[in-house]
Amino acid sequence: MHSRQTTNPEELREIAIRIRKSVVASLAEAGSGHLGGSLGLADIFTALYFSVLTHDPSHPGSPGRDRVILSIGHVAPVLYATLAHSGYFPVEELATLRKLGSRLQGHPGRDHGLPGLELSAGSLGQGLSVAVGMALAAKMDHKPHRIFSIHGDGELQEGSIWEAAMSAAHHRLDNLTAIVDRNGLQIDGRTEDVMNLEPLPEKWSAFGWEVIECDGNNMEAILNAFAKAEAVKNKPSVIIARTIMGKGIRSIEGDYRWHGKVPAKEQVGDFTRELDETVDN
Amino acid sequence: MVNRGNRATKAGFGEGLLEAGLRNTQVVCLGADITTSVGCNLFAEAFPNRFISLGIAEQNCMGVAAGLALEGKIPVFSTYGVFAALRTTDQVRVSVCYNNVHVVIGGAHAGVSVGPDGATHQALEDIAMMRVLPNMTVLSPCDATQARLAAIAAIEQCKGPVYIRFGREAMPDFSTADMGFEIGKSQLLRPGNDLAIIATGHMVWEAMQAAGILASGGIDARVINMHTIKPVDKDSILNAARETGAIVTAEEHQVTGGLGSAVAEVVVQHHPVPMAFVGMPDRFGESGDPRQLMEKFGMTAEAIAEAGRKLLARRFAL
Ligand SMILES: [Mg+2]
Repeated sequence: MHSRQTTNPEELREIAIRIRKSVVASLAEAGSGHLGGSLGLADIFTALYFSVLTHDPSHPGSPGRDRVILSIGHVAPVLYATLAHSGYFPVEELATLRKLGSRLQGHPGRDHGLPGLELSAGSLGQGLSVAVGMALAAKMDHKPHRIFSIHGDGELQEGSIWEAAMSAAHHRLDNLTAIVDRNGLQIDGRTEDVMNLEPLPEKWSAFGWEVIECDGNNMEAILNAFAKAEAVKNKPSVIIARTIMGKGIRSIEGDYRWHGKVPAKEQVGDFTRELDETVDN
Repeated sequence: MVNRGNRATKAGFGEGLLEAGLRNTQVVCLGADITTSVGCNLFAEAFPNRFISLGIAEQNCMGVAAGLALEGKIPVFSTYGVFAALRTTDQVRVSVCYNNVHVVIGGAHAGVSVGPDGATHQALEDIAMMRVLPNMTVLSPCDATQARLAAIAAIEQCKGPVYIRFGREAMPDFSTADMGFEIGKSQLLRPGNDLAIIATGHMVWEAMQAAGILASGGIDARVINMHTIKPVDKDSILNAARETGAIVTAEEHQVTGGLGSAVAEVVVQHHPVPMAFVGMPDRFGESGDPRQLMEKFGMTAEAIAEAGRKLLARRFAL
C-alpha cells in the first residue's frame, strides 16, 4: 500500500491546480452543480489524497486504507477530480458528471460503483455519524487506519452533527479527524447572517474535541494541521480550515452566488487562464 | 393454535439477538438509553464490549450503525418504533438504505397496545414509512416465539437494511419454533375458502379468534400470518384472492400505508376482490389499558369478524 506520496508543497500546489481545472471542466460539461465549495476545498483534497492518506488507488477497498467520508455530497466534483487524478479511474470519465448512467452522480452514490467512493451522501448532517461508526469499528478491531470526514460550515447548523460530535468524544475516537470547510458562506449568504456559528472553535472544544485551525488554502498550513491531528490521543480532532469559496479563480473568489452555479462552456477558457495565473496559493 | 401464556414480543427479539450474537462476534448492539425497554439488555449484559452506548440521539445512532455496517459489523439498533422509523427517517433513507448496508433496526412499542404511555409512543405509522424505502425489508412477527426467529433471520439471512417491529405488552405466545420463519413467505395458520384474513403482529392471534367466531356462524375463514410486510408474499395473497374472493387485513397500524395497503397493491393489480381494512382509523391513539384501547379503536377478534361479515354481505350484494 503506498502512502505519503509527496510532502513537497510546491508539487501539491501544482496538483491542486490540475484538480481545479478538472472541477471547472466537469461542471461546465455537466451544466449544473456546485463550483464554489469544490474549488475552495481543492487544496485540502489534494493534501489528503496525495500526501496524508494511506491508500492504494489500484486496490480501492483494501482493508488497511484510511477512509474519507464526504458529508457534504454537493462538493462531489472535487472528490471525483481528486480520485481521478489519484488514479482511481480515468480522468476522461469526469466529463460524465451528473449524466444519465454515470458513476459520477450529482451527489455521491455507491450503487453506481465508483472506485474509491466510501459513502453515498448528500443529505447534510449525516456523514459525521457514519464516520463515528467506522472509527468505532476500527477501535473494536484494533485496526490502525484513520477516518477523515469533510463538512461544510453551514452543515454544522444541523443538530445531528452535534449528536455525533458528542459521541465521538465520549468514545475517545482519536482515529477520527473532521475537517470543517470554514468559508463563511452558505446558499442564503454569510453563515453569520443565516445562522451564527461562532464561537466555533470553542463549541468543538466544549464537546471534547481537539481543535486545530488553519488556512485551508495554504498547503504548508494544511499539512501542518493534518500532522497535528494525527498526534492527538484519546479524543477526536477537528480541523477548522478557513477557505475561500471559488479559490483560484480571482473573478469569483468569495462570491456566495457561486455556491450552486457552474461556468458556461465559453467561460472555461477564461477560468482555466485564471487558474494558471495563480502564482502561489 | 393454543396460547401457551402471554409474553412480550420484545422478549423474543432479545433472545434472538443474544443467540445470533453468540454465533457471530461481528454482531454489535447500539443503545439509545432504553436498552432494557427495547429488548437489548440480554445482549448488553452478555457482550459489554459489543454494546455501544450512544445516548438519547437516535439520528446519530442510525448513522453510526451505517458506518459500522460499512466496516463489516452487523449493527442492531433497537428503539421505540416512533423514533426508529420516523425521527430518523432521513438517516434510514440515505445513510442506511441508499448505501444498502445491513443494519438491523428494531422498532419497539408497536401499536396502541403500548397502552398508558399514550399517542406519542404508540408506533402506528412505522410500517408505512419503512416499507416505502428501497432496499428495506420489513418484518412483523406475530408473537414472542416468532420474534426470536425473526431477529435471527434479520441478523443471519438479510444482506441489506431490515426493520423488525414488535410490541411492549405481554400477548398470547402461540406460534411454535418448528413453524420456521422464512423472510417473504407467509404462513397459512387456518385453511378456509369463504374469506381470507391476512394479519400481522399482535393481530394474528385476534385473527385466529375471529376465525373461530366466524366458524360458529358458518363462515369458513382462512387465516394468513403475513410476518413479512416487505417483500410481501404475492403468491399467498393471490391464492387467497382467487380461492376466497374476499380479504380482510388486520394490523395494529394506521389503515393507510401498512399491511392493508401492501396487500391491496397486489390484489388490485392482479386479481381485484372486495377488501376490508382493520386497523387504526387515521387518528392518534391515547392513554388507557391496552385491551381497552384495542377495543376502542376496533382492533379485536370481534372487530375482525364483524368486518368479515360485512365484507361478505357487500360481496354478495354486488
Ligand atoms: Mg460554507
